[in-house]
Amino acid sequence: MIRVQQQDFDLGAELSQMTEGNHAIGGLCSFVGLVRDIAGEDEISAMTLEHYPGMTEKALAEIEAEAQARWPLDATLVIHRYGRLEPGAQIVLVAAASAHRDAAFEACHFLIDWLKTKAPFWKLEDTADGGKWVDARDSDAAATARWSEQAASSDDDQDAAE
Amino acid sequence: MKLLYFAWVREKTGTSSEDVSIPENIATVSELVDWLKTREGGYAEAFADQNVVRVAVNQEYVTLDHAVSDEDEVAFFPPVTGG
Repeated sequence: MIRVQQQDFDLGAELSQMTEGNHAIGGLCSFVGLVRDIAGEDEISAMTLEHYPGMTEKALAEIEAEAQARWPLDATLVIHRYGRLEPGAQIVLVAAASAHRDAAFEACHFLIDWLKTKAPFWKLEDTADGGKWVDARDSDAAATARWSEQAASSDDDQDAAE
Repeated sequence: MKLLYFAWVREKTGTSSEDVSIPENIATVSELVDWLKTREGGYAEAFADQNVVRVAVNQEYVTLDHAVSDEDEVAFFPPVTGG
């Protein structure tokens, strides 16, 4: 499930809902991204998240579908907030539930890595010097690329096994 | 054609969204950007370094050689920084 919203979310309630009534689920893994009060040498008083309504939902749905195609998952959840957020606030939640832990861990990691480089969100940080747009980081692109290589190598393993 | 701008691209062009009639000889994103840069306002500055501007046509990422038509929704924005 995908949700793009301004309001906060209740982590416990969201995770409980994912597994409710499905006792085939043996593991649930979640990641929550939070607003930090420091970026490099700048102190951050708040952050404003802008997004592209329409494309955001489409991009997140594609990322979720990709995770479901790669791992045997019983449930997935992506919640991303937009608007003005203060340090400590929850920005994003990704979660994956599966029969076993490996799929849950890997899918959760994949969801956040792909989301960071593909979902159309932009962060504006309020600093003492005024608003600063956050630059995309090469390390995020590398984190996304890692999953492409991994998909390719697991295909190879499959071929070798056959 | 509907044009959308986000984040600092929006700040530089001074608009978040506009409907424009593009000249008939424009067939690709690259040609569209060249035309936008000739317009008055902050367009030349917004597209000064095309390598740092991402493009989506009808809400899908595309490259500069992608085709565009008058019916399209074309969005320009910096590399994304969500999550």
